[in-house]
Amino acid sequence: MEEKAKAVELPSVTIDGVTLPAQWNRMFEPRVINQYDISVLEETTAIPGAESLGYCYQCGKCTGVCPIDTVGDYSPRKIFRRTQIGIPLIDSPDLWLCTTCRNCLRVCPKEVNMIDIMPAVREQAVLEGKAPQELLTAFENTARYGNPLGEAPRKRADWTKSAGVEVRIMSQLKAPVDVLWFVECYPSYHPRGKDASVALARILDKLGIDFGILGVEEKCAGDSQRMAGERGLFEMLAEQNISTLSKYEFETLMVTDPHAYNAFLHEYPKLGGSYKTVHYTQLLAPLIDQMGLSQEVPARVTFHDPCYLGRHNGEYEAPRRLLEAIPGIDLVEMGRCKERSYCCGGGGGGMWLDSFTRDHTSARLSEMRVREAIEYGAEILAVACPYEVSRFEDAVKSTGNAGRLKVMDISELLALSMGLIPMEALA
Amino acid sequence: MRIAVVMKLVPDVVEELVLSEDGKRLERGDIALKANEFDEQALEQALLLKESSGAELTVIAAETGDVDEMLYTALAKGADRALKLVGDGLQDGIWNAQYAGILVDVIADVGADAVLTGVQANDDLDGQLATWLAAGLGWSFATVVSGVEAAGESLIAKKEFAGGLTANLRLPLPAVLGIQASPEPPRYAPISRVRQIMKTQSLEEREVTAPAGSITVLSLRPPEKTGGAEMIEGDVQAKAARIAEVLAQQGI
Repeated sequence: MEEKAKAVELPSVTIDGVTLPAQWNRMFEPRVINQYDISVLEETTAIPGAESLGYCYQCGKCTGVCPIDTVGDYSPRKIFRRTQIGIPLIDSPDLWLCTTCRNCLRVCPKEVNMIDIMPAVREQAVLEGKAPQELLTAFENTARYGNPLGEAPRKRADWTKSAGVEVRIMSQLKAPVDVLWFVECYPSYHPRGKDASVALARILDKLGIDFGILGVEEKCAGDSQRMAGERGLFEMLAEQNISTLSKYEFETLMVTDPHAYNAFLHEYPKLGGSYKTVHYTQLLAPLIDQMGLSQEVPARVTFHDPCYLGRHNGEYEAPRRLLEAIPGIDLVEMGRCKERSYCCGGGGGGMWLDSFTRDHTSARLSEMRVREAIEYGAEILAVACPYEVSRFEDAVKSTGNAGRLKVMDISELLALSMGLIPMEALA
Repeated sequence: MRIAVVMKLVPDVVEELVLSEDGKRLERGDIALKANEFDEQALEQALLLKESSGAELTVIAAETGDVDEMLYTALAKGADRALKLVGDGLQDGIWNAQYAGILVDVIADVGADAVLTGVQANDDLDGQLATWLAAGLGWSFATVVSGVEAAGESLIAKKEFAGGLTANLRLPLPAVLGIQASPEPPRYAPISRVRQIMKTQSLEEREVTAPAGSITVLSLRPPEKTGGAEMIEGDVQAKAARIAEVLAQQGI
């Protein structure tokens, strides 16, 4: 450690013609911060990607917007401070609580970038065997089965059997399509995710869109695994998906999952896979006039912006245009919406850290969000990310609000209004 | 100490099991295979022994399917050598007695003085591998082991008995151990490390010939459905009435 600089004490001093009395002069001493042993901070900021943690000047703007701080003692400012005083982030529970929602980066004047810091330090932790076991189980499932749920790869397209419309599989179709639909894991396997997939398939069919899916050839896009610290796994999945996609001709790659959207927009191109990628709400919004939204959906609806569609990628309007086009819907905005939206807690690996997060926070973010929706008088919480239906439905039950709030994907609400799924789905 | 960990692929029941047309075996081309989870426990136990006592660790698997990833993963976790046994007839799968017959010579060549393998597997139709191996090698033996420590020329094995009893047994080397559980859960091998190992290390191969099988399967079939759960519907009154009715019927 450097020897403490010695203050020069004078009764007064004149600098650039300005005379300063002694009490002002004291300010020119080195700040006390420089006498800390900051080796732990330096070890952390030496990890490629984690450099910006060192930029923090403790203004605390992030603390005001960090969703985790509402359920715990947490924010990037606090992470920096703890690292600065010698608590290694790599060994701290702090490392696994961030959902990479990006709200801190939105307000940070110093651009301390948790979206880079978290995956970088987590990757180091995974390599050193320091990651929570439940997260590793999700990684192992993804590596072995191509999905974090540990479901059978051969059943990835089984949901299409209940679609009631033809959903063509690219390997059987052997012809180009306009839209290749990258369905992703939760929409393929989770019961409520499958409901949304069925609804979307019927909408695409009704609109006469020429589309196909990869079926059993599709693997998890891997973006949340990347954010959770398994870059090697992400790269393996991306290489496999890019290789599969290279076999087929299509105009547009449509994704259900904002996390896949993020990966295809920003990460796959680095590995040689560049596609014209749209979220399904972006594909559908220009087609509202052709959709035949005739059935009333009489309900007060609020919309939760997915972090990876909104803050990460700037799309706030397409989901809202679709919801506003549905007759009968009274769309109300929650206080925390659009770029200030709250987080469901599923991003950045949070989807697979429920027990760990429960041990270190006072409530799930999904529970906080559900309470907020109810405060605004919403009867339906509309979502556009496959993580959210299951998270919010669980939160409705765990907060004792069963029967008071329904959670529905935008595709389900559209399909209701188009008469493609029965109104009983609203019951 | 030189430790050999013997692993094998088993049917992965995440996918449907498909029977061959004659109904006597699984259709190996149509089912998914994965590492036997008890073998993964054995590998973890061996890695812990290596870390505590400085053993040399060789992982061995017969090529009864694609074993490369399983072996590379073991190397990524910290095994020193990986040995793939290749030969005609392995691809259709082998019984444990056949596997033990192959392994007796292999383990002698590897120079191992301790063999760890999983206590059981979901395809153990002819007995467990550790038992066959101990008999074939004529070494000291314990199975249903949930913790091993090195103690000079012997191993201390924590063996589980029925009724929650455990005993610490001292086994003089050489010894064969059937591992029920490692003291630590099997460690995760980061994919980047596995892929690095695949680029920088290669698997050793050894040609083997499987002896004749010891059992003949007459038929295999899925378990028949017997009974099921009744989901009780209705309002609270109706549910309570139905539950009372069921309890009365069952004489509880």
